[in-house]
This record gives sequence, structure tokens and C-alpha cells, in this order.
Amino acid sequence: MKSTRATQEPAWVRIVLLTVGLGFLFFFLGLPLVAVFVEALAQGWGLYAAALREPETLSAIWLTVLIALIVLPFNVAFGVAAAWAIAKFEFRGKSLLITLIDLPFAVSPVVAGLVFILLFGAQGAFGPWLSAHEIKIIFAVPGMILATLFITFPFIARELIPLMQAQGKDEEEAAVSLGASGWQMFWRVTLPNIKWGLLYGVILANARAMGEFGAVSVVSGHIRGETNTLPLHVEILYNEYNAVGAFAAASVLALLALVTLVAKTIVEWRMKKETDMLNAVLAPEKT
Amino acid sequence: MSIKSRRVLPGFGLALGYTLVYLSLLILLPLGGLILKAAELSFAQILDIALGERALAAFRVTFVSSLLAAGINAVFGLVVAWILVRYTFPGKRLVDALVDLPFALPTAVAGITLATLYAGNGWLGRYLEPLGFKIAYTPAGIVVALTFITLPFVVRTLQPVIEDIETEVEEAAASLGASRGQTFVRIIFPALFPALLTGFALAFARALGEFGSVIFIAGNLPLVSEIVPLLIISKLEQYDVLGATALAVVMLAISFLLLLAINLLQWWTANRHHNAEPLEAAAGRVSGNER
Repeated sequence: MKSTRATQEPAWVRIVLLTVGLGFLFFFLGLPLVAVFVEALAQGWGLYAAALREPETLSAIWLTVLIALIVLPFNVAFGVAAAWAIAKFEFRGKSLLITLIDLPFAVSPVVAGLVFILLFGAQGAFGPWLSAHEIKIIFAVPGMILATLFITFPFIARELIPLMQAQGKDEEEAAVSLGASGWQMFWRVTLPNIKWGLLYGVILANARAMGEFGAVSVVSGHIRGETNTLPLHVEILYNEYNAVGAFAAASVLALLALVTLVAKTIVEWRMKKETDMLNAVLAPEKT
Repeated sequence: MSIKSRRVLPGFGLALGYTLVYLSLLILLPLGGLILKAAELSFAQILDIALGERALAAFRVTFVSSLLAAGINAVFGLVVAWILVRYTFPGKRLVDALVDLPFALPTAVAGITLATLYAGNGWLGRYLEPLGFKIAYTPAGIVVALTFITLPFVVRTLQPVIEDIETEVEEAAASLGASRGQTFVRIIFPALFPALLTGFALAFARALGEFGSVIFIAGNLPLVSEIVPLLIISKLEQYDVLGATALAVVMLAISFLLLLAINLLQWWTANRHHNAEPLEAAAGRVSGNER
């Protein structure tokens, strides 16, 4: 007991640190989270339910889900391919590639939207060709999908690269030398090994895809019932001083955030369990 | 060895090829388009736009509020990371999970909620405004929004590093007669410093580009509380595409420099902690990395 006391702060310091840390989190995280739901229900459940049943809110929810459903498979395919190449093989320019994959994290969402306007907008590089063929990308759903793809690009690859690097390539090499084809190896060995990490990346990418505001706002054109995602709809309602409507829509997104946090925690817990098991298996071999 | 294993495992060409094509089409081509568009302007013209009165004020507001938010998070994030790793208290796991809320909550939701809380009749504003602290619709509101948005970065960067500190070192310091304060200043803080700086830089970089949460609480007054991303959008809405492009290129250049600095910092941090087990290191990165 005495040895632990030497590495502990005096009791009053501990109390001060706990108060400061938890107080900070209460004012900056707890209070806003509670406020979303209180404001949404400020006029009672009836008005809350009515606000959610507005056709424009429903179509915003649908578009938000649709964009996420289109974006996620692309980023899953990219994330797995990029992690496979980076984690299992040596090649020149690998660290440059990793840095480039991180790039969208550093770019402002507004700039991410702007780049697609410069390419596909009316005065953009491909603008005249697109309008000649009556293809609409900017101020339409395809542009919003592109902007969301850009913003969520790194999430899954970032989770998978360190995970697959840590796992090494022994198991895959064993599978191949026992005669498995490439796809057999992938479905039977690689995918089961990375499933939790992949799910973790999908959860994070989904939260960002459904919640993105800046990039989507720039390319959407804010056409009600057509190019309005739920976060954009929150803005419109809020600017119309429709507080109940805005917070009702916001509460759906806040619920999504809570579900994300719960799912993320469960997956983290599963991954830690598997890592611990793996360490326990490997430990005797090391000595 | 590497040549041999390259032959054993299949799919290298397909995986790398797909990665490069997707990266080029989705990220590099659009960003290249931005730079090409900006090249229609001379360097002097870009500087002229970026240093105009309104743009310069926007850059100042964006930088100062991002620095303040990252600074607030460096101080409080250190405290939060410390109590989450070292202390036990009821509901600790819940609090730990809640730290990631700003990553999961859409920025527009954060924006309208913070604006409502800090408005004159809001839960917090009604107590703060009589004391003379007007937060909503002032530059201070921008700092509040950015503090919320970037809250997880410092905490999540510090947590694995604090877990890695070997308590034996602290015990040795204590047994050699160091007070707890001396141990913190001489032993613990220097070990945490690279990670603290990384977290600060990540928070700062994210704050610079943030748009959704800020516009609801800022008041958006040109020269006073207008941030650069908003100015880019208002130029775009006035069909001043070149003006918007010039500002975007300046922002992009700053992002590149910050990304470079952060990579160097992470390399520095990693070098200090190379004694960690690879699996543990990976697990640590997984639990703290949605940058």
C-alpha cells in the first residue's frame, strides 16, 4: 500500500482535479447533450412527434440514410484494399501514401465542398460538358455523395492499417501455402481477423457521413425535399425560429450519436478482449 | 525476406492499384483542381485577397479562437486524461465513453444547442450575461463551439501515454525525496509533453477548418466574428469563385503545414515510446484515433 501512496497526489489535489475535470465535462458535454432533448420536448411529446412526421423532415432523414448507404461500401472497399497493400507488403512511398490518406482530415469541410464545385459546377472544369449532357452533380445528390465520400475517406483505412500491421502476415501465408486461393484466404482468414476493426471504422465513418454539415452544405443548394439532409434541415428549421422542429430533428441526430458511442464502446471492448487473448497465447512463446 | 513474402501473398497489385486510382480520383484530382484554379491568379493577387481587410480579420478571428480553444483543451484535457487513467470514481466508464461525443454528434446539432445554452435566456447565458459575460453571438461563442468540437483530441492522445508511464519511475523519484509536485514537473510532465503538443496541434488543425458548429453561435459579423470558412462560402454565394479559391488555397497550405508538423510530432512521440508492445500500441491507437 505504501508504495502506491508515493505515486499518488495528496487527497486535496485529487479532489480538486476530479472537480475540475468532471466539472469541465459536465458543462461542455453533459449539459449540451441534455439540452438537445429538453429543447426538443419543450412543447410536449405531441408537438415533438408531429415535428418528426413533417414530410420534409422524413425526406431529410431518408436522404441522410441513402447517402450513408451509398458512401459506406465504397469506403469499406477502399479501406480494406489500402490496408492490405500497406500492412502486408513493402513498397516505396508507403509513408507518403499513408499521409495522403490522412489528407481529408486536415482539409476544412468547406474547402472539401468547394473543390467539387470547381470541378463540376456551372463554371467548373467539367461544367459545360455536364450541362450539355444534362447531368447535374452540384446542387444535386451526386455532389453530396462525392463530398461525403471525400470527408469520410480516411476513417476505415486508418482503423485497419495499424490493426493489420499488428496481426502480421503469418496466418495468410499459412493459408496460401496450404493451397487456399486468394479469395478463400481473404474470406476465411483475413476478414474474420479484421471484422471488429472494420466494424469500428464503419461506425465512425457512418456517424460522420450522416452528420456532415459543412461540405454537404456547400454542394447541396438547399432544395427542400430534394437535397436536404437531416443536418441541413436542422439549420433551415433553426433559422426559421422553429425551435421545436429544429431540436426534434437534432434529437434524432443526437440519438444516432449516442447509439454510435454505445456501439463503439462495445466494439472497443471486444477488440481489447481479443487482443488480450492473443497476448496470452503469444506470451509463453516469447520467453 | 520481403521479396519472398511479396510473392507468397496475393493481391498486392490489385489492392495497391485500386487504392491509388480511388485516392487519385476522389482526393488528388479535386485538390489539384483547386490549385489549378488558384493558378489563374498570381501569387501577389492571392496575397492581396487573403490580406484584404475583411479576409485578414477573418483569419485573425479563426486563428485566435482556434488557439484559445486548443489551449483550453490542453489544460482541461490533461486533467481529464489524468483522472480517467489514474483515479477511480463512480461512472468512470460512462464518462470515458462520453468524451467522444463531439466526434459522434453532428456539428450542426452542437451549434444550435450551444447557441441556445449561451443565449441571453439560455440555461447558462441567463447567469453569465448579468455578470457581463456575453458568449452567444460574440467571438467568445466561437471559442466555446471550437472547445466543444475539439475536446476529445488532447484527452485521447494523452490517455495511452499516461497508461504507459511506469510507476516505478515515480516511486524512484519519491523514494529519492522528491515531492509529488516535483515528480510531476520533472518526470511526468516531460514524458507527456510530446503527446500533449500533438493533441494540441490536432485540436488546432480541426478548429481552423470547423464550420457547422461555429456559424450558429458566432453572430457572423464581418470583421468581428466571421470565420474564414464562412467567408469562403459568402464569396461563393456572390459568384466570386476566384476569391473563394484564393482563400481556400491559403487554408489548404496551412492545413498541409499543420499535417506535416503533426506527423513529425507523432514520430517524436512514437520514438519516446518504442518500448511498448506492438499489439498494445495498436490497441492504444485504435481506442484513441478518429482524428
